Amino acid sequence: MSSAILFKDIDQPGLNTLAVYRERGGYGDVLRKGLSMPREALVTELVNSGLRGRGGAGFSMGKKASFMPKGTMDKYLVCNADESEPGTFKDRELMTKSPHMLIEGMILGAYAAGATRAFIYIRGEYAQMADILDDAVAEAYDAGLLGNNILGTDHSLELAVHRGAGAYICGEETALLDSLEGKRGNPRLKPPFPANQGLYQGPTLINNVETLATIPHVLGMGADEYAKIGVENSTGTKLISVSGHVKRPGNYEIELGMSARDIIYGLCGGIEGDLEVKLWFPGGSSSPVLTKDDLDLAYDFDTLAKAGSMLGSGAIIVVDEETSVVDVCLKLAKFYKHESCGKCTPCREGTQWTVKMLERIKSGQATPMDLDIMASVQEQITGHCLCVLGDAMAMPVGSMIAKFRPEFEAYIEEARQRSDAELIASLDAPNEAPLVGSLV
Amino acid sequence: MSRELEEEVGTAGLPTGDLTLGQHVGSGEVPRYRGGSRTPGWDDAVDLTKDPATIPDPSTCHVPEDLRAEIEAHMAKYPDTRSAAIPALMAAQKRHVWCTPEAIEQVACVMRLTPGYLVAVAGFYDMLETRPVGRHKVYVCTNISCSLRGADDLMDRVVEEIGDDPDFNVRSFECLGACDIAPMISVDDVYVGPVALEDVPTMVAQIRAGDEVLPEQQIIRRKSVDPNAVST
Repeated sequence: MSSAILFKDIDQPGLNTLAVYRERGGYGDVLRKGLSMPREALVTELVNSGLRGRGGAGFSMGKKASFMPKGTMDKYLVCNADESEPGTFKDRELMTKSPHMLIEGMILGAYAAGATRAFIYIRGEYAQMADILDDAVAEAYDAGLLGNNILGTDHSLELAVHRGAGAYICGEETALLDSLEGKRGNPRLKPPFPANQGLYQGPTLINNVETLATIPHVLGMGADEYAKIGVENSTGTKLISVSGHVKRPGNYEIELGMSARDIIYGLCGGIEGDLEVKLWFPGGSSSPVLTKDDLDLAYDFDTLAKAGSMLGSGAIIVVDEETSVVDVCLKLAKFYKHESCGKCTPCREGTQWTVKMLERIKSGQATPMDLDIMASVQEQITGHCLCVLGDAMAMPVGSMIAKFRPEFEAYIEEARQRSDAELIASLDAPNEAPLVGSLV
Repeated sequence: MSRELEEEVGTAGLPTGDLTLGQHVGSGEVPRYRGGSRTPGWDDAVDLTKDPATIPDPSTCHVPEDLRAEIEAHMAKYPDTRSAAIPALMAAQKRHVWCTPEAIEQVACVMRLTPGYLVAVAGFYDMLETRPVGRHKVYVCTNISCSLRGADDLMDRVVEEIGDDPDFNVRSFECLGACDIAPMISVDDVYVGPVALEDVPTMVAQIRAGDEVLPEQQIIRRKSVDPNAVST
């Protein structure tokens, strides 16, 4: 068990104000040290810390910053606070309770990227959190921590909070950029990657809230010290959001490499009603599902990838044994169908048809062969679109069909018998209202 | 819209009642027009003599001063003023309850964009309403984590309690990012949860009275559950 880093004293009253944050050492030596280092040294420090992106893809934060081209063109730092992945709510707690940690991280992140303008793209639903951020940004401006010549250095940064208006796809980095430019949030073709051509065609570094908020801590304890926490290739602590059928849902800060069993049965107190786990999503609803046999896996990037899933945003959704996998699958598919932006055909049509087929299963009109068709639809989506929204449905749905096929088949059979029985009953029943209208 | 279409949809061209409630409330269906299409007037011929709406003329388009100031403040935050499209539409929506043609025209006038562009943007985002809705936003999260904890029943209960009150905009919403308080509801942007079925009448009464909604259950007052997050 680790000592908390990001969540240390998170409930301290007034931590969202500049005064209390400063009392706790915020905007102090670490920020001064960071801004006095040469830019390259700061990037090297981030690379050495092994800090990986906390938003979903898990790419090395330092490497991403090092891709930013040199030169004096306008460069941007964008903080992705869209957090719309179902099951994820860690950034919300961080931004609500400690917004200045994010701002300090962004000052350092922008310095590392050579950016002079930064935006926090926060989802529109988080209006309360955006208000808190707005206040914190205003406080930081008043204290000279944002704006021109921060702490007397050459580094300047303009920071603005941008509110979205409700679209899951805007958590995807290129769709986020389009949305930030005032357009419909459609993903862009990559390459060019945002590091070369992002916001307003300028080089742009995009990072998740948690990643940016970790930067001051990395600098504070030193990269080598930070790299000692966690396991190889997955260093540091991670905020995880546990939800679903657990006794104590919520955000927890864990050292990467902890076993999933310890998280679900230790931290979260086990399953409600002391049932067994049927399946769990290790990294948000977009990650392929794992079963109760996988509970002893270490919760880190590489182990989960080897197990055929992913750590994603660190959102664990636990489903108990009494819940039907078909219901979970349909709920999931409906969400992605609603959120597909419609730009790429495989995703738009694939999500549509998956929902239709699952509804057919529920109404008893399906045969087990439909499962193969559904699985093939998932295969045809994967990797064939501009962004990974379609894959994000295809992976969990595909894995559910693969891992719970007998249950799907039993459900199909049961639903078919039920609908047959209903049909027969309706035919046998005396017809009060004749079927063929009033033709006579 | 031609006369036959109106008869098919109901009244006055614009869908009313359940049809205005967004995703799948009540009847559970999106409005359908002739031939099962979702687009009104899809089979009306295009009027080729008519030009698309241009950027409104500031001398004839009246924009309330405070709305103009708010939109201009948003525009000043960005290197490219077009970035302010979403915040500006939100500001106009707040004033007009939904993105009425008038609201769109006012934003277009200040931002110097065509109304068509703004309608396209507004149509993409779930929180920008392009049809008439009620004033009070009640978003019930019915995504996976919340539905595992009974959000679907909660949604039904909320719809039952509110009935067809035109002051409410009840929707089942995508994951609102608060699965720790599942099942949860966002009431006019205030997150509350876990909401039990018994809490619904109180909640609706509080919204109607303009009071703070379920103060004890608001997310803003929730403490961290992490045992390591020591608080001094």
